[in-house]
Amino acid sequence: MTTLNSSKEIQKNNPEVNEKHEDFRIFGLITFLIADGMTFAGFFAAYLTYKAVNPLPDNAIYQLELPIPTLNTILLLVSSATFHKAGKALLKDKNSDSQKWLIFTAFLGIIFLICQLFEYFHLPFGLTDNLFASTFYALTGFHGLHVTLGTLMILIIAWQSRVNGGIVTSQNMFPLEAVELYWHFVDGIWVILFIILYLL
Amino acid sequence: MTISIDPQKTNNESLQPKGWLRYFSFSLDHKVIGIQYLVCGFLFYLIGGTLASAIRIELASPMSDFMPRDIYNQVLTLHGTIMIFLWIVPVVNGAFGNYLIPFYVGARDMAFPRLNAVAFWLIPPSGLMLVASYFVEGAAQAGWTAYPPLSITTPQSGQIIWIISVLLLGGSSIFGGINFIATIIKLRRPGLKLMQLPMYCWAMLGTSLLVVLSTPVLAGTLILLSFDIVANTGFFNPVLGGNVVVYQHLFWFYSHPAVYIMVLPAFGLVSEILPVHARKPLFGYTTMVFSIMGIVVLGLVVWAHHMFTSGTPPWMRLFFTIATAFIAVPTGIKFFNWVATLWGGKISINSAILFSCGFIINFVFGGITGVALAQVPFDIHVHDTYFVVAHFHYIVYGGTVFIIFSSIYHWFPKATGKMLDEKLGILHFIITFIGFNLCFAPQHWLGLNGMPRRVAEYDPQFQFVNQISSLGALLMAISTIPFLINIFLSARSGKDSGDNPWNALTPEWLTSSPPPVENWEGEAPLVEEPYGYGKELSEQK
Amino acid sequence: MNLNDFLLTNGAGFEKLNILKIYIQIFRHQLLNKNIYLILIISLVFAISFWIGFNVNLLPAEASINAPIYDELFKILFIIGLIIFIGMTIAVIYSLFKFRRRNDQIGDGIALEGNLSLEIIWTIIPSIIVLLIGLYSYNIYDRMGGMKELNHNHEMMSSNTEKIWAGISQTSDNEISKNNLSIEVTAMQFAFLFNYPKGNFISGELHVPVDQKVSMQMESKDVIHAFWVPEFRIKQDIIPGQPTILNFTPTKVGKYPIICAELCGPYHGGMRASIIVEEESDYNDWFNKNKKTEVNL
Repeated sequence: MTTLNSSKEIQKNNPEVNEKHEDFRIFGLITFLIADGMTFAGFFAAYLTYKAVNPLPDNAIYQLELPIPTLNTILLLVSSATFHKAGKALLKDKNSDSQKWLIFTAFLGIIFLICQLFEYFHLPFGLTDNLFASTFYALTGFHGLHVTLGTLMILIIAWQSRVNGGIVTSQNMFPLEAVELYWHFVDGIWVILFIILYLL
Repeated sequence: MTISIDPQKTNNESLQPKGWLRYFSFSLDHKVIGIQYLVCGFLFYLIGGTLASAIRIELASPMSDFMPRDIYNQVLTLHGTIMIFLWIVPVVNGAFGNYLIPFYVGARDMAFPRLNAVAFWLIPPSGLMLVASYFVEGAAQAGWTAYPPLSITTPQSGQIIWIISVLLLGGSSIFGGINFIATIIKLRRPGLKLMQLPMYCWAMLGTSLLVVLSTPVLAGTLILLSFDIVANTGFFNPVLGGNVVVYQHLFWFYSHPAVYIMVLPAFGLVSEILPVHARKPLFGYTTMVFSIMGIVVLGLVVWAHHMFTSGTPPWMRLFFTIATAFIAVPTGIKFFNWVATLWGGKISINSAILFSCGFIINFVFGGITGVALAQVPFDIHVHDTYFVVAHFHYIVYGGTVFIIFSSIYHWFPKATGKMLDEKLGILHFIITFIGFNLCFAPQHWLGLNGMPRRVAEYDPQFQFVNQISSLGALLMAISTIPFLINIFLSARSGKDSGDNPWNALTPEWLTSSPPPVENWEGEAPLVEEPYGYGKELSEQK
Repeated sequence: MNLNDFLLTNGAGFEKLNILKIYIQIFRHQLLNKNIYLILIISLVFAISFWIGFNVNLLPAEASINAPIYDELFKILFIIGLIIFIGMTIAVIYSLFKFRRRNDQIGDGIALEGNLSLEIIWTIIPSIIVLLIGLYSYNIYDRMGGMKELNHNHEMMSSNTEKIWAGISQTSDNEISKNNLSIEVTAMQFAFLFNYPKGNFISGELHVPVDQKVSMQMESKDVIHAFWVPEFRIKQDIIPGQPTILNFTPTKVGKYPIICAELCGPYHGGMRASIIVEEESDYNDWFNKNKKTEVNL
């Protein structure tokens, strides 16, 4: 019964004890990301089906240009690496280093979004022009929404990992780990999206 | 056995309101949330049942004379949506899952109590919004399947509200699913092996996997549909070059597994109820587990059998026919095992066991028509007719709703410490069983002979059979009365049940009834044989 | 009976092979004795199911060459379904009655946790039944013309570049599809229109001659509709943007309903038309009465 009492004691003294089980929350997050991935899978399946069964009339086919999306792919891949760096720095209690890496990651995310918008404005088709255009905007837009959310969350944990008063520390890695996982997921989705939408 | 307790706690129960008020609060207690799901779902069941009665009144005469035609379409859409998304899915997953799963895994609460409460509190607002849309500019009227282009051309506001509330309910269901998966896999009491879990845990694990894998696809589809309605895109609008069949594929990729989301938990619940009242171990535990997982896997690859008449290529029809028919194998195994569980037992004849046996009989019937419907040539004749209506009501009402009632009779003493009145319960069963079969069995004949579904008017030659069906619906409506009287009387002045009135061995009965806030006074018991009836274990009790 | 009795009544002079046969007979006899009630009940269930299957008709009249093929499948599925349903119902009700707890009883039932050979039996037998049903229904579907390629064997396709998406085609390559009566069906909220290209007129009623193949090209103007004639056992969704072909051959003179089977709006229930199957001479009279002469512009 000693374990029982001491455990109750811990809970009484530390209301945050429930939040200390990273493994559960990461596990839950992974499940959620699988679910989120299924949404993308649905969109991809719709896009590929349209491509196979509803071919566009010849005058509506537009060859997407590759430079910007390629740059975006590189941006996201690099940002995944910088995020990883931030995590490693935080683990070694180098909070300010970690913060710098995080801000750099968010910066890359913002550049990605700017590039994406730049591409949108220079595309010769609009949302309702044809089926390809609609699917293109739906897919990239939904992904862009994920990047926007991710960037905001990175900025928040960057603020929270400040040296004085920040709650994201090497003792409380969960926020950083969760956002990192999410960021890698968004990154992975982009790579699939890039292959299916631009290269195929 | 080492002494260890589960450190997962809600730990702020001192902040929670006490007494009945706690059912209206943002409580984190899984038992409170379970009751919240159940009561909320039951209120929506009453609404959906009223709508069903309206449909049956309209169909008592061959002319469209009870309500305007567009109102009729709104009523059938609301009936379908409410019954599926607000009654069966939340109750059979959310209510019983939340109440029982933490007991079964030997925990003090779900893995994510806050997420759990959020998942529940998404339901009442979205349900009320859905119902309220009827009073604003008219509810959605494209059926619960919301097939475009009809859903694009009918009045927009109702359809958009429908989409928003289904998205919210889908979100609630995904949150619930994540919670169940984490609780069952991660939060098990030390020493408790997966193959020692009660069957309902396996059913919920399978269901939650289906929820997590298929619901997001529905969400994505509905987002695209709302773009078609609001932003004038053409994903599913043939006028703008879209493809209607793509919607059907994506929709049924969720909505077929949704049937398993509705019946798998019922399979789990009946596996808990039968052994207790038959005083026999569950027959073939291992095969039961494998058949649940088999249903999960097969359930994900059979969706196109809803589309045999809508232009699927022949090879696809063949594949989906065989795959669908094969679901009958694991399902059949479960039914044979249940009958084998009853065989040679010492069965107490009570409301719980009667509803469970009613479930077996109804579901076997629905399953047989299901195998028939899986055959392409058969389906071509009866697709979108009353035969299909009858089939799925045999599955979801004769199956799942019977089990919901059975479970209420079984676990009411657990949640309240009071017994339900058996005489009223058996009366409830008899009226429900007769009413249900009277209502839906004749509809098979209607479908075969030429009555399509979702119609307000029909060929006068079908009037007599439709009136029999409406009479059955009346009986089903009446059957709610003894049930409600029973619940209220027993909750007020029922006889005390004691902690374990059924002498059950599953862990939820090994604590007091009603259970304390954190489920166990001390350490959670390690139940290695939840179905060890007839063994030494049960003699200790 | 035992071996000695058998030998006495049948006299001596048996060969070894015959003795083996006798042993087998005795073995069977004893096995029957043990399970005689079970076998009796099972054969009763089979007999009842077959009787109902052959004598109860749940289907409307058979009025196309598809209908008898469909009814064959229906009968088989009906009988198998009845056997399983009656068997399971008897098993459940019997166990509830036989194994109910009597007032004086205490304690539990037998601690039987499973039986591997039983599990194997009720996995394999249903699998075989389900597989056989699947293959059989594939055969039925093939005979109904569902597995035929749609784009190859229609001469109208050569003039029409649109893709045919779906439908049932009974035309095989060696048949002369020119003999088909071709009709263009337009579905809209809330009516069917039948265009007879050869006569250059549109009718709200579908008239077809008996015993002649009809080939319909169907298109929808607005939402999804479905073309269903219960007496023909055929149904096909008419999906906007996806021209569809449906072929059938009526075999019985009469008037049958055409029903829209896909929710298409408030008046969905009222979206009906009639198909009138008539003798060829009657059909020709009707056709000539409605035929419009070519309009010269």
